[in-house]
Formats: sequence, C-alpha cells, structure tokens
Amino acid sequence: MKTQLREPEFTEPERYELHEGPFYHFDISRREFVQVLGAGVVLSVAVPRLFAQRAPENRPTNLAQRLHIGADGVITVLTSKVEVGQGSRTQLTQAAAEELRVPVDRVRFIMADTAVVPDDGGTAGSGTTPRSVPAIRRGCAAACQLLIDTAAAAFNADAKRLSVRDGMVEGLAEGQQFSYADLASEKHSKALQREVASGVSLAEVKEWRILGTPVPRVGASEIVTGAHRYPSDIRRPGMLYGKVLRPSSYGAQLEEIDLAPAKTSFGVTAIRDGDFVGFAAATSFEAELARDEAAKTAKWKTAEHPSSDDLYSYLRSHASSQRSRRDITGSPDETFKTAHKVLREAYQIAYIQHAPMEPRAAVAEWENGRLTVWTGTQQPSRVREELSRTFRLPDNDVRVIVPDTGGGFGGKHSGEVAVEAARLALAAKKPVSVRWSREDEFTWAYFRPAGVIDVAGALDENGALIAWEHVNFNSGASAIATPYSVLNVATEFKSCNQPLRSGSYRALASTANAFARESFMDELVAAAGVDPLEFRLRHLTNDRLRAVLVAASDKFGWKRAWKKNSSTQKTGVGLACGTEKGSYVACAVRIEVDDRVGTFKVLEAVEAFECGAIQNPANLTAQVEGCIIMGFGGALREEMRFKDGRMLNPKFSQYHVPRFKDVPQIETLLVNRPDLPSVGAGETPIIGIAPAIANALFNATQTRIRSLPIRNSAYRAAG
Amino acid sequence: MKADFQFTLNGKPQRISAEARRTLLEVLREDLDLTGTKFGCGEGQCRACTVLLDGNPVRSCQTEIAEVEGRNVETIEGLAQNGKLHPVQEAFVKEGAMQCGYCVPGMILATVALLKRNPTPNQTQIVEALNGNICRCCGYVNVFKAVQRAAQPGKEAQ
Repeated sequence: MKTQLREPEFTEPERYELHEGPFYHFDISRREFVQVLGAGVVLSVAVPRLFAQRAPENRPTNLAQRLHIGADGVITVLTSKVEVGQGSRTQLTQAAAEELRVPVDRVRFIMADTAVVPDDGGTAGSGTTPRSVPAIRRGCAAACQLLIDTAAAAFNADAKRLSVRDGMVEGLAEGQQFSYADLASEKHSKALQREVASGVSLAEVKEWRILGTPVPRVGASEIVTGAHRYPSDIRRPGMLYGKVLRPSSYGAQLEEIDLAPAKTSFGVTAIRDGDFVGFAAATSFEAELARDEAAKTAKWKTAEHPSSDDLYSYLRSHASSQRSRRDITGSPDETFKTAHKVLREAYQIAYIQHAPMEPRAAVAEWENGRLTVWTGTQQPSRVREELSRTFRLPDNDVRVIVPDTGGGFGGKHSGEVAVEAARLALAAKKPVSVRWSREDEFTWAYFRPAGVIDVAGALDENGALIAWEHVNFNSGASAIATPYSVLNVATEFKSCNQPLRSGSYRALASTANAFARESFMDELVAAAGVDPLEFRLRHLTNDRLRAVLVAASDKFGWKRAWKKNSSTQKTGVGLACGTEKGSYVACAVRIEVDDRVGTFKVLEAVEAFECGAIQNPANLTAQVEGCIIMGFGGALREEMRFKDGRMLNPKFSQYHVPRFKDVPQIETLLVNRPDLPSVGAGETPIIGIAPAIANALFNATQTRIRSLPIRNSAYRAAG
Repeated sequence: MKADFQFTLNGKPQRISAEARRTLLEVLREDLDLTGTKFGCGEGQCRACTVLLDGNPVRSCQTEIAEVEGRNVETIEGLAQNGKLHPVQEAFVKEGAMQCGYCVPGMILATVALLKRNPTPNQTQIVEALNGNICRCCGYVNVFKAVQRAAQPGKEAQ
C-alpha cells in the first residue's frame, strides 16, 4: 500500500518488500532492488514542482529522489546522472553527505542503472550542478529529518531539540542512541509507515562542511589500479566480441555481400539485418577476420557527398527558411543605415569530434526475452527507449546500466553501439561486447556542428557601439545574444541541411558564437583605436561579467602587456569574455610568433571563472583547466576533413588533439560567490579560448583569422 | 593457427594459447581479463594501452603476442603490492590526476618507467616522456603535478 502524501515535497518511506504500488516498475526492479541494494529501507522523496527540472512533455516533473538506507548505516543514493569524468559522482556524494550529516565515505551512489534509479534526466547542458544537486540535497535533507523524527518518536523526545552529526542523532538523553542503521532496522520499520512532517531546510552555504571543500575524487583508487570497469571492460559469462561492417562511404547502400564463408568459421556468428551487418566471435581477432573477409565480397551503391573544402558555401546555400529565428531589439536595420561607421565580417567554425579516450562500447545480454545493456552514454533513459523501440520490447524489459565512462563531452547521447551489441547478442544467443574503433568514432559518431556566422557592428562618432547583428548558420543559437550593452540588436539562427550528423558538444554553440563576437569586438577596437579591455568595459553593465574580466586582466597584467601595434612583433596578447548557462568567464592569452617559419604558440593563459557558490574547488579547477586545454584543440588544429563521403583524417595521427607539449603556463582564478546559486562548470570555461588566441595573433601580426581552427598554415597563407 | 606462448606476467609465469598475430592488448583484455590496459586508438598514438615490457614502456596495441615470448610483462594490475598502492599511483590519487581516468593506467606506467631511468626528471624531461600519452579530458596540469610528486619521495611522507 502506498502512503498518501500530505505535502508534495515530502517523503514516502516504505520497506520495499511490502510495497506493491504502481510507482515502481516492480516487474524488473523489485528483484533488482534486492540484488543491487541488499537489506534496508528505500525512501522515495518527491521533488516539489517548483524545483523540478524541465522535463520533456509526457514526463512527470515531480520525479522522486530515491535513497536506500542499509542495515550497516551506509546510504545509497540513486540517480540517472552519469559520471563521464566531470566529477559528478564526487560532487553529488558531497551534496548528499552534507544534508544527511554523515561523512563522505558513508554515502555511495548508484548512477544510471535504469532498473533501480529514478529517471532524473540525462547528463547534459551543465545541468547536474544547478538541478540535480539541489534535488538530491532536498531528498537527503528529508531523510535526515526522518531520522530525527523517528528517534524522537522512539525515545519520546522533542524533535526540535535533536540534530544529526556523523550519522548519529544528538540531543537524546544519556545512554540513548539512534543512527541511520537503527532507522533501517526491522524494529523501526513500522515507524516508517507514517507520514513525516514537511518543511525541509537545506544547509546554508556558510554552514557547509563538506560542500565547498576539495573532496578528493570518489573511486580514485579503482582508477589508478585499473580495477574500475568502464563499459569497454565489462565481461559476462560466455561473452563474445562483436564487429560491425561500416558502409564504404556516407550514404552508401549495401547491394550484396556473401556471409557464407564467415558463417562456416567455427564459432563465428554473422548476420545481416537490413543495413546492419555484424560478426561475433570468441575474440575480437576472429570477429575482425570474419568481417574483413566478408567486406571483400560487399558491393556498395555510393551516393554523392559534399567535401569539407566547400563546407561553408554549402551551409549558406542549405539554410532552412522554415527553421530560422530572428530576435530584434530596438531598430538595428535603421541604425546600420545611418551610423558613422559600420563593419561586417564572416566567421567559420569547422566540424570537430569529441574523441573521448574511450570509444563507444556496449555489452548486451538477453535473458528470457529481457535485455540488459552496459554502455557508456550520457542519456541512459533515451538509450533504453531506443532499445525498446528497436527490439519492440516494453520499457520494463530493457535495463541500461552505465558504468562510469571514459569521457563524453556531449558526444555520448545516442545508443548506436548498444543497439549493435543487442542485435548481435540476439543472433549469437550469448552476451556480446561491441567496442567502436577510433576510426568508427571519427567517422560514424556525430560531430560538433560546423557553422558560418555573419556579424555586423555600428559605431557612432565617439566610438560607441550602437548596433549589432549576429547571424549564425548551423552551429547553434546558445549564447547568440551579445552580453554587451547595445541598444539596437538583431540575432538570428538558421538551421541548415548539413552534410554530417551533428549533435551536442561541450559548449558547442556558445564557443562558435563567442569566437565570432569576441573576435569582432577586437575588429571594432581596431576601427575605434582603443584598448580592447577599455572598449569591452565601456559596453558592459553586467557586474558578474565585468568582475571576471577585471580579475583575469589584472592577473595577466593586461594594461602593461597590451600595446597597439602598427607593425608586426614577436609576441601578442588577446582577451575574450562571455557568459553561458549562468556562469561567467574571461581569459587573456599571450602568444609568441616565429616569423621565420610563420608559426606561433601559446605561452600563457589566464582565465577567471565564476559559477556561483563553489561546491568543490579542486574539481572546479580541473574542469576549468581541462576546458582551457581542450579549447586549444578546437582553436588551433582540430577539424574533420572529408571528401567523396569519406573522412580524410579519422585517426589521432591525422587529427591532432592537445598533448603535454601544448600546455602553456596556465593560471585559473575561481571567483567564489557564496551568495549565488551554484551552476555548472563543465562547458563555459572553454568559450573564450579561441577568440582570445585569434585576438592575440592579430595583436602580434595584424593578421585577422576568422576561421576555426586557426591553423598555423592559415596564418602563414593569410600573413 | 594458435600457438603456445610463455612469458612472465606481473611477476608470475603465464602460458597462453593464441594466434601469433593477436596483439598483447587484446590477449591481456580478452583472454586474461586484465582490462586495466585500455584500447584508445589502435595505432599507437594515444598510449592508453601502455604496459612495461622488460621494464620499458611499450604500446600493447602495436605489440604482437609472439613478441613477448620469454619476456617480462607488467600491467597496471601488477603495480600495487598487497593492497598498498605504488608511490606513483599514490601520487596520482593525491594530486587528483584523473578526470574520466581512462588514460590513467597508461600515464602511470609511463611515469613508473620514466622514474626508473631518471628518478629526478626536470620539467622538459617529464613532458618528453609523457607527450605520447593523450588525456582527452585534458587534465594534463594535475598529471604533471602527480609525476613531480612521485619524483620527490620526500614529499610522500608529508
């Protein structure tokens, strides 16, 4: 029987073995709960509507937080969020421990096992910090209150005089003790069958003991010993290794293939199902042999496909008139006509790959018509839907488990590899592991969208910016609005019919939009003949953005470093700033040019970042540093090149990601705002890097590069 | 055609029957269930698959199983002794030198090999030794600090 809730935000305690209500999908999860969690109590805490994260339609918005209190007092919190290297497991553990009033090691998290966790959303859009952390804190604060109330009832004490420390109730009479382990005990199960008073308050920032501190990585020793099993490392009894035949080029259709030789090999499963051709064997070696032999017999009907050489004109000519949105403030069109000075430029952004260290991987296992898949995805629920649709199964018969995964960066939102493993496992009647190759990743995964951005600006007689226009073709609308104070503004995003699959990426659109905007701001600076810092500050009223810009430029020594140049020099400095997803960033870089060979390198980067109250300074610093260095890749070298439907550089030997030698002197300034809600930090710190470098290059050489990546060769050709 | 191979694996004799052309990486992962050694690119460019062969770092994705016959192979699983982390592992934990952590076993073994040949590497020598190892989370700053920490055993005691 389900307990009726008096308040929407409060808790529904229950012993799961007594519970038969419709809330849980017990067909699968009752068994799984016991298997996964062991003895104890499951608490389900509804999130009040006010705080619920924005969910797609048809999804409940008051999703329950789910906690399990074990007989040993260990508290397990369940969430559909995943750990892909951004530190979510540690940060969520801190949040839970803070509100439960227990040490960090008394909390464990089960993340993204769809059989037992509530669907509190995928891991994307810097959403874990602003949305999941508060929801989990509320759930855990409710559990803490439940502990107090149960203790008060057990000892006939006044709950208001009780508190919790290290998992023990304080304020009871001499000789009386009560802990989370007691709460989970059989003796108190009855106490959990009643309603509990609502009105949970969360720890204030100034009271934080665990949040706000540099709690070390949870699970670090499993990582350094190699014991942690990533999705690629999952092993099941009798498991085979699968390989998939890829089309010969984009859009190619398989006309015929001979699978007979592969099928006669001992222990090899070979199947063709529509466009899917896959092989499974006891080793990857045998599966690859079978695939490569079969590939020789394949006949493909190829299709025309544009080349990356014509990419930007292709995008312009394939803009959709239906999917376009123009926002106007003031009268930009009129202002451009009458302004003292008008500048217009176009910027280009290449396709790039996430290239996480762990290529896509999945292990699929069928048991009595039910499917379990271990895979690395940022969207476990979406992958479960993809599997249930593909194999025509009820959702409850598909279980997706996401072990902590080897990198995502927005690239693992889809479930192709899970479907491939499941299809092969179905055919082989054994569990199958499929792991994409690096070439698969660089060819068949989706990409950060390429884009073309037109920017125009108008200055009055005093050099003030009075009109702004920003039109983005294909690379996204996020952060398309200028953070500068301009009276007359037009922004427009045009979706394009593009040549490659594209999708999410760490700050995909804001990186492109910031590159265009911040580069163009410096082009206006050149036209107005002023200091880039002064010009920005003159047009900035947002205090938070001003604060990071001043912090970064002070630390960098901008006023001393910047010199307006009429001739080329050996070093150059550049600035950029921006805001995205509620956080603020500014960076300054120094580059050195080698005129003899026409190349340059980044010597120094200073970045100031503010995302509200800092929850874990060590993890935050790591995210900012990671963004800065990853940003160098997209700024300087990374670009997918393609022709005739094939990738020309689908390897690390041809697609150069940042390495140790690319790391300059880096200084990270974290601006803490305990008075403001915490927001995510995994994306925004990347957005200023490319324009800061482009601006530094102009400062040194008077050569303006308007295309990402800023290849050394492009600088040489343009210079 | 399978053949028999014998080598020393993490200090113990190992016998395996495998096709001679299979990579050491695949045999470790698929036949011996030692999955701490990672596949990253298959072309020897990222060094997530680093193992020590007679004490030297090699790319196990570029090493055929036949090449290790009679030799000494050490993987990440063999570093910690009796549940106690190796000083380099300890240094990676202390410096938080991991984001997704997928590159970490390779980074640690490259560091172990570096410190064996040069116990006090300078900044340039560290960068040279580790430049082949890619970290896509770009956590290079903390990895660098971890290598420096491991190179100063005195610091461990603090």
